[in-house]
Amino acid sequence: MLASLTGVGKSFAGHAVLQEIDFDLLPGEVHVLAGENGAGKSTLIKILGGVHAASEGTVEVDGRERRFRSVQDAARAGVAVIHQELSLAPALSIEDNLFLGRELRGPLGIVNGKAQRERARELLGKVGLDVDPRRTVASLRVAARQLVEIAKALGQDARIIAMDEPTSSLPKPEAERLFELIDELRAGGRGIIYISHRMEEIYTLADRITVLRDGRKIVTAPALELDRAELVKAMVGRSLDEQINRKTVAPGEELLRVEAVTVKRSVGLTLDHVGFSLRAGEVLGVAGLAGSGVSELLHALFGDSRAEFEGLFVRGRPVKISSPRKAMAEGIALLTSDRKRTGLCLSLSIAENATLAALPRLSPGGIRRRSLEAESASRAIDALGIRCRGAGQEVGTLSGGNQQKVALAKWIETEPRVLLLDEPTRGIDVGAKQEIYDLVNRWTAAGMGVLLVSSELPELLGLSDRVIVLHRGRLTAELDRAEATPERVIAAAFGGRETEEVPA
Amino acid sequence: MSMSPKRSLPVTREVAFAFAALAVVLLVGSIFNANGLFFKPDTHALALWAVSGYGILACGMTIVIITAGIDLSVGSLAALSGVVFALCAMDAEMSGWAAVPLAVLVGASCGLVSGGLVALLRLQPFIATLAMMASARGLAKMLTGGVKVQKLPPPASVEALNSKLPIFGVDVSISVFLFLGCVAVTAFFLRSLRFGRYVYAIGDNEEAARLSGVPVKWTKILAYVLCGAFSGLAGVLFAAVERQGNPDAGVGYELTAIAMVVVGGTSLMGGRGGIVLTVLGALTIGYLRKILDINGVDTPQQLMITGGIIVLAVLVQSLRKE
Repeated sequence: MLASLTGVGKSFAGHAVLQEIDFDLLPGEVHVLAGENGAGKSTLIKILGGVHAASEGTVEVDGRERRFRSVQDAARAGVAVIHQELSLAPALSIEDNLFLGRELRGPLGIVNGKAQRERARELLGKVGLDVDPRRTVASLRVAARQLVEIAKALGQDARIIAMDEPTSSLPKPEAERLFELIDELRAGGRGIIYISHRMEEIYTLADRITVLRDGRKIVTAPALELDRAELVKAMVGRSLDEQINRKTVAPGEELLRVEAVTVKRSVGLTLDHVGFSLRAGEVLGVAGLAGSGVSELLHALFGDSRAEFEGLFVRGRPVKISSPRKAMAEGIALLTSDRKRTGLCLSLSIAENATLAALPRLSPGGIRRRSLEAESASRAIDALGIRCRGAGQEVGTLSGGNQQKVALAKWIETEPRVLLLDEPTRGIDVGAKQEIYDLVNRWTAAGMGVLLVSSELPELLGLSDRVIVLHRGRLTAELDRAEATPERVIAAAFGGRETEEVPA
Repeated sequence: MSMSPKRSLPVTREVAFAFAALAVVLLVGSIFNANGLFFKPDTHALALWAVSGYGILACGMTIVIITAGIDLSVGSLAALSGVVFALCAMDAEMSGWAAVPLAVLVGASCGLVSGGLVALLRLQPFIATLAMMASARGLAKMLTGGVKVQKLPPPASVEALNSKLPIFGVDVSISVFLFLGCVAVTAFFLRSLRFGRYVYAIGDNEEAARLSGVPVKWTKILAYVLCGAFSGLAGVLFAAVERQGNPDAGVGYELTAIAMVVVGGTSLMGGRGGIVLTVLGALTIGYLRKILDINGVDTPQQLMITGGIIVLAVLVQSLRKE
């Protein structure tokens, strides 16, 4: 047994976030830690990684009881934790990052650059990253940085590697590469603890799954013995279908008609003559692999790219949308996929974020009306069920799910007719997901039209009334709810044509 | 007040910290009071007068810094506007009512150029305003042929700006009231206008602001225009005090203005801070200098102590977040 935690508990300021956790890790296994945000997953691996000390219980590594006082302490015992927020120094080179704090030194204490470079090449080779180790980390894409993090863990000769949602910012091909690497590590006898929200990857990787809920262990079971429905149930107490509970409404008027939108990039096309329509009360799912143009489609409709429309109609009226402001004037709103980078002002308050997009309406003549803003903010907090100390609380201090609700609140306050949702449940816990599904049901019942992009296929299919599928910027299928089986959607996403005629 | 959309808790704490810094400086002043000189009302009137010119620069600087920008050109703009004012009021014998707005307009126009470079051509604010700093200085020298613009006796418009108003028997300089006016204008822009909300949003997360329909370009341009206009007014005051248009005036003033903003607690990263903080920061630095002055500390030591205080103040600010 590589590691074993017995009866571990952790309290912060008298508040117990972990209680009586038993957890173990075998050589050559991937042990997935699942659970909602706030269930205690990150805290658990931080205890193992030397970031926090356990308040109760014992931690054993290689059969010896340990009390890690620091990350370095844990690293010496062979434990490496790859945290959610990457911890590399962007301005330094890859090799400097790999050996940061444990440089290879020559006899006079001088860093042996040559030895470091050779060892760096070797480590990068292991993770399949073919770049010059002298390049700065800043020049790498997020995916490559993640691989550098893993190379760093390998360089420490860690036998226990914990990863906290490593794919949350990775595009699909890079995620696949990461999975291959995890397989290699597993085959090499290392133990991997893997935290994820994504069902697909949990089942791709896991040998065993441990579910935490509210700081307690609910179950530990081999992945083969715990099916998806049981897993969700263990995490939240209900199945995905029960959670989504899509209430289809009879579609109303046509809110949006797109006739052949094309987005060019330097070489080739990001979107190639994609056309569709969206009716009131409808959730239209947009499926496609990373790079297929699904996210770009939403941004094009929001006036955030140089898109060429052969025809664009909002409620039957031809319109031109050349900027986010014009899109907003047409009643279109876009929830972006990365709420921290493009969705929210994290150091501003809930109220300041929730009223940002609706400010023109709330401040006629450019003069602020504080009473209107306060009303709008408290209405948003109620309507979306944002759990907070008050409208003045800083958004950055909220949980992921509540942050996402603030990002949604910002748009709901503009009273949109068409809501473009790009990964609305990414990185949020199951409870908050449920609330967002409920909101989508409620809003469509009230006549809103929703265009949904989600990389979680079960969610996409569960929520959508119709699904269109893109492959390399082209429309390859249009399926109604009954036709949209995972097999057909995946086939179309890989390029199999389903529609008889796509305008060329 | 928990439902108030504006005052979030951390901001109030920032104000408390800025107050504490000022209180410490005042306490030092009342201990090292130079035989009671510190307790004389005139000393305070003079301290405020000395702060006011820099304070006006700091008003505009506050707005620009909250957008996550910086304006290095304010000292040069003050010199250019001061020269324009002197040329108008002294050489051309225009009335103050025409010369002052003209000088402010010159400052604002330069701000428009800086803002355009930042917002439309996407130059880094540091670079764009560094270029403006050099160009405006050059223009000021060109306009005067490199010499100071003087006229004896100074025209009435210049003397009017140097006059004082008695407040409770203490003569307070007009420029102090102009400083307070600029603070009020800045507060109006930052707190009462939609523009102010946009300034904070852009400073915190420009991309999120843009994707929320915030007119990022116009907001940034207006921020630099306001900063330029304030610099123009400050330049007029500096020229009035010197009773001449000096193309070499205002060298290094941008650093004092930035120091006032930062010591107050406005973040150079943007999105956080405000005009109240800047007023407190300006008073902290202004009083510090006054106290060193009345105690006969020489300029070299004064500068070194000021440097130390800036580091200390910012260190304390960073503790606040823990």
